[in-house]
Amino acid sequence: MTAQPSAAGADPVPTGRDQREIDPDDVLLSVRGLQVHFPIRRGILVERQVGAVKAVDGVDLAVPRGSTVGLVGESGCGKTTFGRAVLRLVEPTGGTVTFDGTDLRELDAEQMRRQRRQMQMVFQDPMASLDPRQSVESVLTEPLRAHDIGGDHRARVRELLDVVGLPASAASRYPHEFSGGQRQRVGIARAIALEPQLIVADEPVSALDVSIQAQVVNLLEQLQDRLGLTYLVIAHDLAVVRHIADVVAVMYLGGLVEQAPSDELYATPLHPYTRALMSAVPIPDPDVEESRERILLTGDLPSPAAPPSGCRFHTRCPFRQETRCDDERPALREIRPGHTVACHWAEDIEAGRIAPRESAVVEPDVSTA
Amino acid sequence: MTNDPTRPLLAVRDLGVSFTRKGAPDVRAVDGVSFDVSPGQTVGLVGESGSGKSVTSLAVMGLLPRRNVRVDGRVIFDDDDLLTLPRERMRDIRGRDMAMVFQDPMTSLNPVVPIGVQVTEVIERHQQLSGDAADKAAAELLDRVGIPDPTRRLREYPHQLSGGMRQRALIAMALACRPRLLIADEPTTALDVTIQAQILELLKELVHDSGAALIMITHDLGVVAGLCDTVHVMYSGRVVEGAQRRELFARPRHPYTGGLLASVPRLDAARGTPLHPIPGSPTDVLAWPSGCAFAPRCHHRVDACTDGPPPLENIGGRSLRCVNPLPTTEEVPA
Ligand SMILES: Nc1ncnc2c1ncn2[C@@H]1O[C@H](COP(=O)(O)OP(=O)(O)OP(=O)(O)O)[C@@H](O)[C@H]1O
Ligand SMILES: Nc1ncnc2c1ncn2[C@@H]1O[C@H](COP(=O)(O)OP(=O)(O)OP(=O)(O)O)[C@@H](O)[C@H]1O
Ligand code: SF4
Ligand SMILES: [Mg+2]
Ligand SMILES: [Mg+2]
Repeated sequence: MTAQPSAAGADPVPTGRDQREIDPDDVLLSVRGLQVHFPIRRGILVERQVGAVKAVDGVDLAVPRGSTVGLVGESGCGKTTFGRAVLRLVEPTGGTVTFDGTDLRELDAEQMRRQRRQMQMVFQDPMASLDPRQSVESVLTEPLRAHDIGGDHRARVRELLDVVGLPASAASRYPHEFSGGQRQRVGIARAIALEPQLIVADEPVSALDVSIQAQVVNLLEQLQDRLGLTYLVIAHDLAVVRHIADVVAVMYLGGLVEQAPSDELYATPLHPYTRALMSAVPIPDPDVEESRERILLTGDLPSPAAPPSGCRFHTRCPFRQETRCDDERPALREIRPGHTVACHWAEDIEAGRIAPRESAVVEPDVSTA
Repeated sequence: MTNDPTRPLLAVRDLGVSFTRKGAPDVRAVDGVSFDVSPGQTVGLVGESGSGKSVTSLAVMGLLPRRNVRVDGRVIFDDDDLLTLPRERMRDIRGRDMAMVFQDPMTSLNPVVPIGVQVTEVIERHQQLSGDAADKAAAELLDRVGIPDPTRRLREYPHQLSGGMRQRALIAMALACRPRLLIADEPTTALDVTIQAQILELLKELVHDSGAALIMITHDLGVVAGLCDTVHVMYSGRVVEGAQRRELFARPRHPYTGGLLASVPRLDAARGTPLHPIPGSPTDVLAWPSGCAFAPRCHHRVDACTDGPPPLENIGGRSLRCVNPLPTTEEVPA
C-alpha cells in the first residue's frame, strides 16, 4: 500500500444549489406509452415466438428542460431497458419518444446518429464502458471526430477534464490507471463532450465505493447548474434518486406506479409499493430506524414474461382489496397536482380508510430503545 | 464451557492477517483488530471494499487458506484460542457453535444437489436426527426462515430459487446447527431493498429468539443503524472507531466515520441538503506504519498524523484510532 495523492484533488464543498428555474410545460423529452417486449423464442428447426418479456410495458414520462427526473425500481423492473429505448439503443415495440419536438421513432439510422449528439448516456460500470486500450484523450476526442467537430481537440480535452475535476495529465493515461470514481468522471466527461441537452445516467454511482458516491453526485449537480443539462437518472437507490431528482418516477414490473416531485413523494407516498420501498430503505440513524414502522413485502418480483393480471403489484400488495386489484389494471391518475398514482385505492389508503394487512407491518422496535 | 454472562462469547485481540507471496512484499490485509461479542449481542463491522471485513471474519472462523497466509493475535471463544486449536477441533466448533452466511449464497450451496438434501445433511450431522424426522425438521426450518411451501422447495435445486430465497435457505442451514455465534458477511448486498428488509427482520428475530450472537458485516451504515448494538468501523485493514451504536451515529469521533455520515444521502433529509464528499478514493491510503492510513483524505489531519501509526485507544467507552479526533461537540452535518 502506498500513498497515492488523488488526481481528483479535493472537491469544492457545495453550499446548496442555485435555484434553477424550471418550467414544467417546457418538456424536452416526452415518452408516451413506451413498450419494449423481447420475444421469447422456442424451437430447433423453426423458431417460433412463444411469448414475450414485457420489460417496459406502457410508460408515460415527461422530462422538463433543465430538470432532473429520477427513475427508481428494483432489479429487473425495466429501468435500463427504458433508458436504452429512449435513446433507441434498443428498438421500442410500441409508443412514442419525442425529443425537443422530434419524434425519434420516425428517424432513420443516420438521422438518429446525428440526433444522439444531443442525448448521451452515462453507464453504471465505467470500466466496462471504457475501452481499456484507449487513452483518456482518445476516449474524449472520439465523439468529436465521429460528429465532425472541428477546433482544437487537445484544448477541448483539457477543458473537459477540468470540468469533471481531473488534472490535464489524465489525458495520456488509460482507464485501468484510475480509481472507480475517477473512471466515472471520465465517463461523464465523454458524455458532455458534445454538449448534449439530455443525459441519461444509468446507475451512475452504484458501482462506486460509498465514500466517493457523493463526489459524483455533486459533480452531476454542478454540471447541470453550469451547463443547463437535463437529466434522466436511473437508479435502484431511492435515497440517491431523491437527493438528485426534482421529480421521481417509481417503476414496478415494466410500468410506472407513481410519480411526484421528490419532496412530495417522500412526504406523501401514495402507492403501496412506494410505501413499502421507502420503509425498506435503511437510514443511517438509530433513532429513525427504531421509531419507524416498516411495511414488509412478501415474495419476489414476478416474472415480466408472465406479469400478474390486473394491478401488477397485487400478488405482493399489503393493501390488496377483494375487488378490482386482481382483474383491472389501474391507470396512472393525477391525485394531486403533479402527483400521479396507479392504484385503485390510493385515496382510501391516503385517508386511512384502508390499512395494510397486519402481518405485513413491523411496528417500531421499542425493546432496544 | 462457562456461563458467566458478563464474559464475552468471542474476544478478538490484536488480530492480524498477512498474505505472503514469493518475490513480493507481504500484504497486511488486517492489523490490530480487537473487539468483543457477547451472547445475544449484534456487532457490526462496517467498511468499504477492501477494508478487511471478510478477511477478519474468515480468520475468526478459521477459514483462511493455510498456504501463504500468516495470522497473528488471539481469537478467544469460550476458553480456547481458536488460532492455536488443532484443525479437527476447529472443524467441530465451526459445525457446532459457529456458522457463517455469505454474500453470494450460490457459492455456498451445491448447485447439483436439491436444497432439501443439503439442509437435511446439516441436520443429520448436528441434531442426531435421520430419515423422516430429519426431513420434517428441515421443512420446519425452511418454514421458520419464511420460505413458503417448504416441502416443495426442499425438492428444488438452488437455481430454481430466487436470490432472497437462496439466502433464506442458507440462513436455515446456518441455524440447523443452533450456533451460538453467527457471522453474516454482506448477507443482503446482492438483494433488492425490499428483500433486504425481509432478511434483516428475520436475522433480528432469530437473534432475539435464540440468544445467539451475531456479527454483521456490511458497507451500509443504514443497515447497522437498525440492527447492531455496537459498531466497529474499519479502514484499510484496521478498526478506526468502535462504539455503542447510538454513540457512534450521534457523535462520530473519527473523521472517516464523520465523513461517511456526511457524504451518504439520507432518504429522510430535506431536499437541497448538500452532500459533503470525502475527497480522494479508498485507494489513496498511507501505509499504516508511517501514519494514519486515512491521512491523505482527511480534512482533520495535523502534522502528527503522519509521524507514526496512531494506536487504538479507549476513550470514554469507545475505541478510537486517531491523532486529532472530531470534537465531541461538533455538529455533524446531516
Ligand atoms: N435483450 C433482452 N432480451 C430479453 N430479455 C431482456 C433483455 N434485456 C432485458 N431483458 C429483461 O427485461 C427485464 C428488465 O430488464 P432491465 O435490465 O431493464 O431491468 P433493470 O430495472 O435495469 O434491472 P437492474 O436494476 O438489475 O439493472 C428483465 O426481466 C430482463 O431479464
Ligand atoms: N487471498 C488473498 N490474497 C491476497 N490478498 C488478499 C486475499 N484476500 C483478500 N486480500 C486482500 O485483503 C484486503 C481485505 O480484503 P477483504 O476481502 O477482507 O475486504 P472486504 O472489507 O471484505 O471488502 P468487500 O467489501 O469488497 O468484501 C484487500 O486488500 C484484499 O485485496
Ligand atoms: S391497486 Fe390494489 S394491489 Fe395495486 S397497489 Fe393498489 S391496493 Fe395494492
Ligand atoms: Mg439496470
Ligand atoms: Mg468482503
